[in-house]
Amino acid sequence: MIDILYCLWLRQIRSFLRARGRVVSALAQPFLFLIALGLGFAPIFRKAGEGNYFVFLAPGVIGAGILFNAVYSGSDLLWDRQFGFIKETLVAPVSRVWILLGRALGVASVALIQAVLVGLLCLAAGRVLPDAGQIGLALLFALLIALIFAFFGSILGSVMSDAQSFSQIVSFIVTPLFYLSGAVFPLEGQTTLVRVLAFCNPLTYGIDGMRGALSGRFVVAPSLSLLVLAVSAILSAGFAQLAFSRIRP
Amino acid sequence: MSAHSRRLPAIAVESLVKRYGAETVVDGLNVSIASGETFAFLGPNGAGKTTTIKMLTTLLPPDEGRILLNGVDLAKDPMNARRHFGVVFQDCTLDKTMTVHENLWMHCALHRIPRAQRRLRIGDVLALFDLADRRDSMVSALSGGLRRRVEIARALLHHPALIFLDEPTLGLDPKSRRILWAHLQHLQKECGTTIFLTSHYLDEVERFAHNVAVIQKGRIIMQGTVDSIIRYAEKTTLEDSFLFLTSEETQTKEDRAVVAGA
Ligand SMILES: Nc1ncnc2c1ncn2[C@@H]1O[C@H](COP(=O)(O)OP(=O)(O)O)[C@@H](O)[C@H]1O
Ligand SMILES: [Mg+2]
Repeated sequence: MIDILYCLWLRQIRSFLRARGRVVSALAQPFLFLIALGLGFAPIFRKAGEGNYFVFLAPGVIGAGILFNAVYSGSDLLWDRQFGFIKETLVAPVSRVWILLGRALGVASVALIQAVLVGLLCLAAGRVLPDAGQIGLALLFALLIALIFAFFGSILGSVMSDAQSFSQIVSFIVTPLFYLSGAVFPLEGQTTLVRVLAFCNPLTYGIDGMRGALSGRFVVAPSLSLLVLAVSAILSAGFAQLAFSRIRP
Repeated sequence: MSAHSRRLPAIAVESLVKRYGAETVVDGLNVSIASGETFAFLGPNGAGKTTTIKMLTTLLPPDEGRILLNGVDLAKDPMNARRHFGVVFQDCTLDKTMTVHENLWMHCALHRIPRAQRRLRIGDVLALFDLADRRDSMVSALSGGLRRRVEIARALLHHPALIFLDEPTLGLDPKSRRILWAHLQHLQKECGTTIFLTSHYLDEVERFAHNVAVIQKGRIIMQGTVDSIIRYAEKTTLEDSFLFLTSEETQTKEDRAVVAGA
């Protein structure tokens, strides 16, 4: 079993590394966000007495990177369905649970690799050196959101039928998830509606958790965030399994 | 293989039915295929061949009927049944972003072939299909004929007693078809593998298949040896017989589901 998971995981990693364009864009995108938003908002942020915007923004951008990367990877599954490879896995004497899990772990790992690389560069740029405990906690939050959105992407990749509508529908879903997560603006001081929506979004807990892990300032207690994220991960895995088991190639 | 399993048919299909909405795509199929034979499943486009293969390979649950592969009931134990067959689908199912070797390795992992045996098995199938020099080529760089050979090689890695080939020679040039058939015949001689295939090239079916079934609109209209079908249709080639049997006039005149000399 472990070997099957490993092979499917490795396949995701390999295909990410082989598509050079994907590697470049996965790394460049967060920096464009950081620079554009950082330059634009930093002065306002400082004037409002909120501290260093860059330090605030970096975990948000990393979280958003995980979101985009993991959900869009659902299109890999759609491709596997369209170009047939899925059949090879579905006629093997292996339960679909393992096929889905191996894929999702691969997708989550790719998203995490990207997050770690962007994070390292941010830390170097900000000349901050968190201790191992802080890094470990931030990574745990990153891993959980990576898993949640990897399974979420698998759901979309299982139920949708063509690649073009996939990217349109995904951007329709992902954009609000991104803006309503406290990635770019602090949630304090937002309207109640925005806050309620944000607290329905697992990404909010992940980003707050990463931010808190590195800065010590949590909006939500980290234990509560971890609980919410763990439950979300289990739910998204469950729904992903349901959707995946219904694929009829 | 034990004497007991030798007597079991490799494939036994009883009253198989599949409907898509109001349309009955496979309509009460009964087939029995002996172990070690080459069986060709013929029919015009849309006759239900691919749908049948999907049901025989556990991808699609039938609406009615029963399928036994080497005596294993597909509905009761699909995981076990999947160990008995290899399959090459109509459309390529290789991972085109990976090399030939990576595709074969993945298959070994999916079929839980122990790591220690994988090198040997992969080496064997590559040699069997003259693919050794393509081991590290990207699949996307291979021609259609080579891809087909890689797919068949892959389907044999776990040593199935039975393989399904859905239009294996479609789109291949005559030379590639010839090579493919040479490999298949060699395989059958060496390993006694049962081959279930569909094809529109009736000349090759006539040359290589032992038994054929002709299906139309999901029903078997004729089943038997190649010779018996040609004799029944009073033609000289299988292709002429096929065209005669599946033509509109014959359909209305003849009784359906005739079984010519078993
Ligand atoms: N997923 C599906 N949904 C609805 N109809 C289908 C589906 N798959 C196949 N069919 C229909 O079933 C019939 C048989 O198709 P198929 O088994 O692919 O035929 P063949 O392989 O003999 O050419 C066709 O009329 C096709 O349109
Ligand atoms: Mg077909």
